[in-house]
Amino acid sequence: MYAFEYRRPASLAEAVSLLSQAEEGKILAGGQTLLPTLKQRLARPTELIDLSKVPELKGIREDGGALVIGAFACHAEVGASDLVKRRIPALADLAVHIGDRQVRALGTLGGSIANADPAADYPAAVVALKGTVKTDLREIAGDDFFTGMFETALNPGEVITGVRFQAPDKAAYAKFRNPASRYAIVGVFVARFGNEVRVAVTGAGPSVFCVTDMEAALAKDFRADALSGVAVSANGLNGDIHASPEYRAHLVTVMAKRAVEACA
Amino acid sequence: MSCTVTMTVNGKAVTREVEERTLLVHFLREHLALTGTHVGCDTSQCGACVVHVDGRSVKSCTMLAVQAEGASVTTIEGLAAADGTLHPMQAAFREHHGLQCGFCTPGMVMSAVDLVKDNPTPTESEVREGLEGNICRCTGYHNIVKAVLAGAEAMRAGEPAAAAAE
Repeated sequence: MYAFEYRRPASLAEAVSLLSQAEEGKILAGGQTLLPTLKQRLARPTELIDLSKVPELKGIREDGGALVIGAFACHAEVGASDLVKRRIPALADLAVHIGDRQVRALGTLGGSIANADPAADYPAAVVALKGTVKTDLREIAGDDFFTGMFETALNPGEVITGVRFQAPDKAAYAKFRNPASRYAIVGVFVARFGNEVRVAVTGAGPSVFCVTDMEAALAKDFRADALSGVAVSANGLNGDIHASPEYRAHLVTVMAKRAVEACA
Repeated sequence: MSCTVTMTVNGKAVTREVEERTLLVHFLREHLALTGTHVGCDTSQCGACVVHVDGRSVKSCTMLAVQAEGASVTTIEGLAAADGTLHPMQAAFREHHGLQCGFCTPGMVMSAVDLVKDNPTPTESEVREGLEGNICRCTGYHNIVKAVLAGAEAMRAGEPAAAAAE
């Protein structure tokens, strides 16, 4: 790891100010991706700004029909939250299957979506649950937040404060995971809001995406069988030693069906 | 660039001057000479470096020492009672031969204790799933799982060492 200076701001305003003054500042949230990256010397920030003592990023609360989860909520906290389990059980279920127990004790919601790993779980929930990403400056619709592989709509120096998730009538997340890393080879989050259905896919492409043909089919008939004739093209999907683009395309339909079945 | 860190390790307050990039595992091993916590993969996967920070198991190779400022840290050295009586989980690992080479054992024990705190009556599959962040390269999982189940039972029985250690 290259040397850096470490800062621990006590408020959001101080964090934003430290970031703007830093030569090449990097936010440290749970560190479960950043620290391994630094250990491999793949990044060289001059300053790490640790958000662990910023009170504005903490907590999970209800907001009308929605849930607002603080950016610093760790996966274990989201997974164990009675409020999340009651309002959006699929989201709690997603959180308890991220990484392993030790990673879940430190890794955060804000860190996960800011990193925008193509195989991360949370992006599928942010999009399927009509999420809104709240930052120190503005609110960004979940649909507009993820712009590419490890790319988001965040400006330099902008800090995620939390995510507002809409509570669906029914939802489930089905993940075909890499058994070693536990990242999603393909993960599909299905959420039903009245007559509207959202089908968000992570792991398969460079960034999370919705399958509109599946959404339309499920809006008419919310059964796994309704997806039997809906194929996803392998064009542009990820291919690596774990799964080819064709296999990932196949898995999208399989996992979408499993998610619909889990909604029953 | 260095800074001062203060934390409680195994019940004792410690303060040291460290480089800011010092990982918690290196702080424990090199600054405090607590070498029971191992560095295995150094990539957050194997779990040989698991310690408890404020009662939660974490991978100390993926946390900076400065992130543990003010925290209470327990390592494998802090589990047994002051008189040397093993923690029931340690005793169960010995009794059931839950180790072969022993390299992964400190992390396995620390993860197991944390797991059982949340779920005092785990099933075999819950133990296997709960230990997914710990890798045993001897592939000695069978006896490890047996040991954790027995350790959980002993912890429920409230052996004195359990109360003394945490």
